[in-house]
Amino acid sequence: MALLQISEPGQAPEPHQYKRALGIDLGTTNSLVATVRSGVAETLPDIDGQHTLPSVVHYGEQGVEVGVPAKNSSLIDPENTIVSVKRMMGRGLEDVDSLGGVLPYRFVTAPQGQNEGMPFIKTRRGDVSPVEVSAEILCALVGRAKDTLGGELDGAVITVPAYFDDAQRQATKDAAKLAGLNVYRLLNEPTAAAVAYGLDQGGQGVIAVYDLGGGTFDISILRLEKGVFEVMATGGDTALGGDDFDRIVARWMLREAGVDESSINSLQLREAMVEACRVKETLTVEPEVEVGFGEWSGTLSREQFDELVDPLIDRTIRAFKRSLRDAGLKANEIDEVVMVGGSTRVPRVRERVEGFSGKQPLTSIDPDKVVAVGAALQANVLAGNKSAEDMLLLDVIPLSLGLETMGGLMEKVIHRNTTIPVSRAQEFTTYKDGQTAMAIHVFQGERELIRDNRSLARFELRGIPPMPAGGAKIRVTFQVDADGLLGVAAEELSTGVKSSIQVKPSYGLSDADISRMLKDSFEYAGDDKDLRALREQQVEADRVVEALAVALEKDGESLLSEGEYTALLADLESLKHCRQAGDAKSIASEIERIGRSSEEFAARRMNQGIRQALSGQKVDDLEEF
Amino acid sequence: MARNFNAGFLFSFLGCRGLENATGIITDLGFECVVVDLTKNYFELFELPVSCQVDQQQLSSQYRALQRAVHPDRFAGDGERQQRLSVQYASHVNEAFDTLKQPLKRAVYLLKIAGRDVDMERNTIMDPQFLMEQMALREALSDIRSHANPEQELEQLVDRVDRDLDTYLKQFEGFWEAGEELDLDQAETVVRKMQFMVKLAAELEQLESELLDG
Repeated sequence: MALLQISEPGQAPEPHQYKRALGIDLGTTNSLVATVRSGVAETLPDIDGQHTLPSVVHYGEQGVEVGVPAKNSSLIDPENTIVSVKRMMGRGLEDVDSLGGVLPYRFVTAPQGQNEGMPFIKTRRGDVSPVEVSAEILCALVGRAKDTLGGELDGAVITVPAYFDDAQRQATKDAAKLAGLNVYRLLNEPTAAAVAYGLDQGGQGVIAVYDLGGGTFDISILRLEKGVFEVMATGGDTALGGDDFDRIVARWMLREAGVDESSINSLQLREAMVEACRVKETLTVEPEVEVGFGEWSGTLSREQFDELVDPLIDRTIRAFKRSLRDAGLKANEIDEVVMVGGSTRVPRVRERVEGFSGKQPLTSIDPDKVVAVGAALQANVLAGNKSAEDMLLLDVIPLSLGLETMGGLMEKVIHRNTTIPVSRAQEFTTYKDGQTAMAIHVFQGERELIRDNRSLARFELRGIPPMPAGGAKIRVTFQVDADGLLGVAAEELSTGVKSSIQVKPSYGLSDADISRMLKDSFEYAGDDKDLRALREQQVEADRVVEALAVALEKDGESLLSEGEYTALLADLESLKHCRQAGDAKSIASEIERIGRSSEEFAARRMNQGIRQALSGQKVDDLEEF
Repeated sequence: MARNFNAGFLFSFLGCRGLENATGIITDLGFECVVVDLTKNYFELFELPVSCQVDQQQLSSQYRALQRAVHPDRFAGDGERQQRLSVQYASHVNEAFDTLKQPLKRAVYLLKIAGRDVDMERNTIMDPQFLMEQMALREALSDIRSHANPEQELEQLVDRVDRDLDTYLKQFEGFWEAGEELDLDQAETVVRKMQFMVKLAAELEQLESELLDG
């Protein structure tokens, strides 16, 4: 019955064409990009053979530099050189101020009319947001990948610390959008590391991933079984990392040298940090090291160093304990410990982790590359290059989500460590007689009082019919997707009055911000905005066409009546035609129309998938026993 | 084809609270619920018998199989609608799994199937003896910090709560299996007691992490 399909030459959506997919580790100190080639996941070097790209952006007289040249500028021109931008992602001005008071940048509030909570950094090339700085880093990585792989990219998996809250995740996704990247999925860094080890070695059991990077610490407890990675608990500290090791050594150095910390300028401070970093790295192989700062010189032994950093490592071990408890496990139930992040090269860190877990940590994959490698493997699956049957990543939400209720209390709607995606509803009522509106204020965090948690968004539900206090029934629904991003909807049940919001964090970017930045950004400077919108819709149309064609080929005959099949086939042709001939707006509405007309088919396919999944499961069980 | 939404047993121990009037901006970005054809009850969805006892191993393996079929990662290259549908399905499967896995949620759900919506937000007990016990337990909880050996005290309290929960669960099972209206009344009362104990267990856990973090 199925008609043979013939596409126009040149733009045929080949259902199983190989797609260029990237794994990107957007790190605090360094970033990497990896891909799967000939079945092997590997990080991609730049033309000088360097795999890591320092996450540094320099806004210079001549232009914007990223990576090593930018890092070299950090001593000469610290105020225009942005390092560790990841720490500022999705943060407000007060948060940034509290990051130790050692950042040499001049922060300004967002320009009038833009998102006001968000800090912008003053540079000689204008005020830039952390999201824009991150986008520069992503562009550099994408450029490297395009050069190496020789062609357009289909999409990427970008990793984030498991502990990142909604605002920080949203900021990361915004940066990718700004860099023109299609994001398949935001993936937690520890999960990515486990993917790298799990797939390579066919692991099974409980795995702890201890990730001590440049600026963040993450601990995750994962369970691996039959190709399914389940994150049982995550914890960590978004403001603890190798930089703090450097800072603690720098402080010791200044104290020994008799220099008052508050009296030195940003250039000297940077010098002290660079020296401290060298000292730390030398001590991973040498028992002691010569240290110099200005006129002063001395030595630091590994024992002294261990003593200095032990309080920092204590904090990581405490978080480790807490996550084990969240997972309902004891230390002796851990089967493997995976080490991630350059700071796990510090011998004392390995020693203490081994002491606590009783397991020799895994270090066979380069701890700097393991996250990017795992992300590339996952990207390869999501691009459809490898069957998705092989792997499934289940993540949990790292922090509880809730609402403000009377008295400034936090009412949790979704508790931390709940597996995502998740949808939950809670019913609320009015406080006063005749109340006709309700403020829905969304928070993320664990504390009792909302003022101790992070405000994510607020919106209002209006048009509640006047009733006595407690009479109205308002259902608030939270929906968290697989990236950990939140949407909130509120509805008055007796009248059906609705209001909803896709949470845009108070420190994130509005869609208007993004389109302004796109317009401003270097890459699209000569680009027509309409043309870009058209391209975006064409890409989306291609996606829909391909997905529907594959679905019809596979399940059309078994799940659709002849009439339904013919109708969808006609829709498909109509979208293909519109994609070629139409403008952005007409393509968008055609996509929307076909989305509606194919909804029933999609739902039938899902239900079929469920039935098949369970019947397949029974066969497995029989084989096993 | 109605969306099988299970708000009923997402309870708030402290009951309904109002939200204050305030000004703000309404943003409507079209967050809507797609109609999901998951009208089966959670047990049917997982192809498990409707029962107080759930084979945890089978539950977990069915769960993984279902997520393999519906998780958004399966549809990463597809259009937005397909992805949204998949988020709905995967959320539903997660909710079902969570409900069947946790004894209290499972008990509330079993009562719901039996036609009894336990309104956890209006939890008004009831038995004076039980309330006295609760007060004693709460006092013990608030005294832990000032105790000479708080860890040991805490552990004893945790054990006590766990034991009580086990007992209530067995009681519930008996009443639920008997199945007469009067039995179900009793089952409902037991569920309310379990709710108190679960809440207490959560507070103990919170205290434990505070103690450990010094």
